[in-house]
Amino acid sequence: MAARIQLPASAKRGEIVEVKVLIQHPMETGYRHDDVGHLIKRNVINVLSCRYNGVEVFRADLSSGIAANPYVQFYTVADKSGELEFYWIDDEGMQGSEKQPIQVT
Amino acid sequence: MSRALALAAAVLASSAFAQQRAIPLSELKSGSAFLGADLRSLQNDDFANPGLLWVERGEKLWSEPAGKTKQSCASCHQDAKASMRGVAASYPKVDARGKLMNLEGRINACRVERQGAEPFKYESEELLAITAYVARQSKGIPIAASIDGLAKAHFEAGEAAYRLRRGQMNLSCAHCHEANWGKRLLSETVSQGQPNGYPVYRMEWQTLGSLERRLRACLSGIRAEMLPYGSPEYLDLELYLAWRARGLPVETPGVRR
Repeated sequence: MAARIQLPASAKRGEIVEVKVLIQHPMETGYRHDDVGHLIKRNVINVLSCRYNGVEVFRADLSSGIAANPYVQFYTVADKSGELEFYWIDDEGMQGSEKQPIQVT
Repeated sequence: MSRALALAAAVLASSAFAQQRAIPLSELKSGSAFLGADLRSLQNDDFANPGLLWVERGEKLWSEPAGKTKQSCASCHQDAKASMRGVAASYPKVDARGKLMNLEGRINACRVERQGAEPFKYESEELLAITAYVARQSKGIPIAASIDGLAKAHFEAGEAAYRLRRGQMNLSCAHCHEANWGKRLLSETVSQGQPNGYPVYRMEWQTLGSLERRLRACLSGIRAEMLPYGSPEYLDLELYLAWRARGLPVETPGVRR
């Protein structure tokens, strides 16, 4: 699963930083039928979580109401230099993860 | 943008093959002009535009060796940012052997002849990704497809296809996109049907799709027969569409309703 993640490379301690996440995923609702009339099984990313140096700072429980290729934007406070780790999983158990470093001065 | 339009107009005014535009240059509008502010800003957002997921994949594919020759696109064309700048704006194009090709066709011809690989299937994720990546390199460059020489017959066939009444509704492309653009069709505004954002991320599809997919959707909408992907009639029509869009800057990957 491809993903795009954007956050500032560096920030001042205590600064509020914006984090953007865009994940490629069909977010299949479970309500659609294929060309021959069979129901397509629901398959959505159900959890998206972000840990900042090991501490969870953001978590979203997504459901079938979210469009394909979900775009999530949130804020966190720059605390210490380190890493933001993103993790997500869909209904079929497919997992994705990304890491982005942040420099705090 | 207006400077780019003026430049394209000057180039085209001097062309030997002077054809009349059905929609004057000053009134040419990209599909993005008919969007709400929300989708327009999504298209213009260099991070959040969902089509960029495919552009990124295409960038990886560009330098991935494929086929018997183990060559990648980059082996011949080096850096796409330089070598592919403006290329998409000149397609569809007649190649050296006199065959009309759209960008997808050109990419697949390279795959088969230069890389010794299987062609990508039409509308496959790979073909959409590499097409979007190549077309992205022409962002902002005005469309300027040539209809001279061998292309002229294709252009004329394309215009005939554009004006042909089809399907149970007995409509041609021109009935909506030339005579009635800007008016309402239920909750939608009818666009001019310009091809400058393709492949586009369409909300209805929830994914990226080619111009031919869009043409098929139009045909289905007027209850006409949909032709198979890659058929010559689409190519002629794509050339006509590129000609009538000449001067509009490439926006790939566009975002549409």
